[in-house]
Amino acid sequence: MSEHDISVTVNGEQHELTVEPRTLLVTALREKLGYTGANVGCETGRCGACTVRENGETIKSCTRLAVQSDGSEIETVEGLADDGDLTTLQERFREHHGLQCGYCTPGMLVSADTFLRENEDPSREEIREAIEGNLCRCTGYQNIVDAVEATADQLGEQR
Amino acid sequence: MSDADERDSSDDSSSGAFGAAIERGEDVPLLTGDGEYTGDISLPGTTHLAIRRSDHAHARIESVDTSDAAAVDGVVAVFTGEDVVESGVPNTIPTAWDLPGLVQPQYRMLATDKVRHEGTAVAAVVAETAHAARDALELISIEYEPLEHVTDPVEAVERDVPPVHDEAEDNVAFDFELGDGDATDEAFADADRVASVDLRQPRIIPNAMEPRAALADWEETTGKLRLWMTSQNPHLHRMLLSAGTLGLPENEIQVIAPEVGGGFGSKIYHYPDEAVTAWCSMQLGRPVKWQATRSESYLTDCHGRDHVTTGEIALDDDGTIRGVRVETHAGLGAQLSQFGTATPSYLYATILSGQYAIPAIHCRVVGAFTNTTPVDAYRGAGRAEGIYVIERLVDVGARELGMDPAELRRRNLIQPDEFPFETAAALVYDSGEYERAMDAALEHVDYDELRERQDELREEDRYLGIGVANFVESAGLSPSGLAGDLGAQAGGWESSIVRFDSTGSVTVLAGTADQGQGHRTTYAQIAAEELGLSVDDVTVVEGDTDRIPQGMGTYGSRSASVGGGSIARGAREVREKARRIAAHQLEASVDDIEFDDGEFRVAGAPDRSLHIRTIAHEAYLGHDLPEGMDPGLEETNFYDPENFTYPFGTHVAVVEVEPETGEIEIERYVAVDDCGEIINPMIVEGQVHGGIAQGIGAALYEGAAYDDDGHLETRRMDEYAVPHSTQLPEFETDNTVTPSPHNPIGVKGVGESATIAATPTVVSAVVDALEPFDVDHLDMPITPESVWRATEADR
Repeated sequence: MSEHDISVTVNGEQHELTVEPRTLLVTALREKLGYTGANVGCETGRCGACTVRENGETIKSCTRLAVQSDGSEIETVEGLADDGDLTTLQERFREHHGLQCGYCTPGMLVSADTFLRENEDPSREEIREAIEGNLCRCTGYQNIVDAVEATADQLGEQR
Repeated sequence: MSDADERDSSDDSSSGAFGAAIERGEDVPLLTGDGEYTGDISLPGTTHLAIRRSDHAHARIESVDTSDAAAVDGVVAVFTGEDVVESGVPNTIPTAWDLPGLVQPQYRMLATDKVRHEGTAVAAVVAETAHAARDALELISIEYEPLEHVTDPVEAVERDVPPVHDEAEDNVAFDFELGDGDATDEAFADADRVASVDLRQPRIIPNAMEPRAALADWEETTGKLRLWMTSQNPHLHRMLLSAGTLGLPENEIQVIAPEVGGGFGSKIYHYPDEAVTAWCSMQLGRPVKWQATRSESYLTDCHGRDHVTTGEIALDDDGTIRGVRVETHAGLGAQLSQFGTATPSYLYATILSGQYAIPAIHCRVVGAFTNTTPVDAYRGAGRAEGIYVIERLVDVGARELGMDPAELRRRNLIQPDEFPFETAAALVYDSGEYERAMDAALEHVDYDELRERQDELREEDRYLGIGVANFVESAGLSPSGLAGDLGAQAGGWESSIVRFDSTGSVTVLAGTADQGQGHRTTYAQIAAEELGLSVDDVTVVEGDTDRIPQGMGTYGSRSASVGGGSIARGAREVREKARRIAAHQLEASVDDIEFDDGEFRVAGAPDRSLHIRTIAHEAYLGHDLPEGMDPGLEETNFYDPENFTYPFGTHVAVVEVEPETGEIEIERYVAVDDCGEIINPMIVEGQVHGGIAQGIGAALYEGAAYDDDGHLETRRMDEYAVPHSTQLPEFETDNTVTPSPHNPIGVKGVGESATIAATPTVVSAVVDALEPFDVDHLDMPITPESVWRATEADR
């Protein structure tokens, strides 16, 4: 099968890699580049465990071909924390017990982080709608909503 | 010494760790993407396994041609069921629970003669890349002779169909009875009224977010197999790989469960796939990795439930329940999975008394083979099915009597002074204050006012429904002797090691295995409490059979009560050894040594003291120990509880149903749970939230379906409704605390409670809303369509 050379920037670091046309972005991130934070849960774009940011927008990296991301800026969960310090959102997830097994958490964090950039003062309903594309089988979502709401409150106070 | 005696510790070791809402230590790597799941691990030279599965529900395998597949670039090997047989390994996936008259057909790693459900593993491809393995998979040519299939557990035994297994011509794996049939017949004959319900509990697909995965590494030079896998119980997997499938000595197998992304039962069982992964590595001498896709998970992870039931309740006019009679056909799927036989028998029939003093109970369960994915324990296993039946029966009984369903429940509750209470369904409940929890739940929603509002709204053609469900569950299956008498092929104990090192920090090695429950935090809280330390002084290790010698794993809400009980006992043994060292070094009598906040003090001489960390150092120095005492400060504990524990509670749901559209809105959901003593309220609440979510999922959204050809229709996440964030309400939770006298730390367990409670609660609420339409019962999942159809005649 033919192969393609592509270039992606992940969390600020540029990578050159060679992929088959059918290689999914999530596979390239996980297996070629070692960013294993994004998880594969469904392969249909339904569960959101593979959510990353591409050029500022959340995408489900299991429904995207790596070649489509040639030249893109990708941000994964590994890029959220700054030098090992948890972000406010990550801290609040911990404080509000917004994760149990943690498998959905990377995608959930990327979705919530992106959402909070767009909506600084969301209602609980808006938060629920924002994370609708990220399935969690452990928490029942309430603590995740609490964590995102608390993050918005804290960031609002800091502004 | 009984467990109850052990609970009376005279020491005030309280570090404040037990009972505190301490944030989870395990969260940091999970939040940064550093958490390591099986799929994240790779070894140099790793090959990739893909498994060819049957697309027939039932067929004879005529031939398997692997030559085209073997010729694909990058393919290392292609194996069939015959290759596994020829390798001489035991090749048997056993059931872990025997029942009288049980038919146990052979369950092989790869099928050789027939496929018995869609998704049966038939052949295996190992290749240099996952892509190559998948390419080759398509080129395996299998000729089948299709056979007539059956997917329904009643049809399987009542219709004339080709048997799933030749050994069971009528497709009956077991015919199980519990309780006193004659006494129950008499109770029904004498009662004023009888009410009944026919119901189905559909198959639930567990849908742990992380699909199953395995990475096997056979080291030819040492003859050692290392297997990383998504496991709830690595030690049981080690045992089953040894004795069941691979035939290696147990001590040459290391099973490692790294981070596990949810289980809910589905990662307890020994499946063909992980064994095949290990076997392939043994054939090739190279690491082999297998990662299930989501659709493979739908086809192969054991499903839950699948009951078809007729239930009857006998009542007197004053609301006294005289008896309960239940007959159930339980679908077992095509093969007997580990607890596939225990779940619909001993875990189901025994809980049918619920929270009520019912003098006569009889239950018959016919376990049926069907051409479907094997069925096994899913969150709430057996107890969920049983509580659903009794709570539906109480509701239809209340309607028969014209009595408020909460009132009927209250009149039959077992009272606090009646414990230990022996039910007519063969259990001895440990402790309970059922009415206290029920009152708390009803007060939360202001029940009487709600009933008034319901009447008012009905005047406006609006349909409010109030569902109340009481539950009790049997958690922490034990003791081993009793479990063995009932047919268990494994023990019910748990094991742990509590180990100080010479610098005074503590490592707890636990035989359970976490899949998100937060063991590393709660176990540290237990040990810290007993040893007068901070949780930060304690490191908990789980999920690696080479580091933790023995264990049973995490399922059946056993970790806090059996695993935590073992850790508490081990920590107390460590503390007592430390006390003896302290007495010796302080030149005092052991009886005069008090322990408080990590410090051993001589009674009446507070300045003479030694901290337990100092003692640990002394224990490893070994220079000045009591005569005859061995150095070191660690204890291995095996804890085999004297009985189950029995968590309980009451849940209430308030719904509004729109008959024109069938839409159901959950207005409020209130859960009052009693799981005994609470180690970490934040984690308990999290378990309750998740449990409610899965219970509501079962009631309103989830359910596997097979089409007429025996194909699974719900095989992708867009065909099977795992509830998402906008489909679930806000939960209002509260606890009462009734310690278990059967447990060293008074805990009962909480992992499954809310799932058990939520399904009857929500179904009851919807049915209650539809009372004006004469709807007595609706089967799960209650969809807008089913509501619309049920109310159609009245519109």
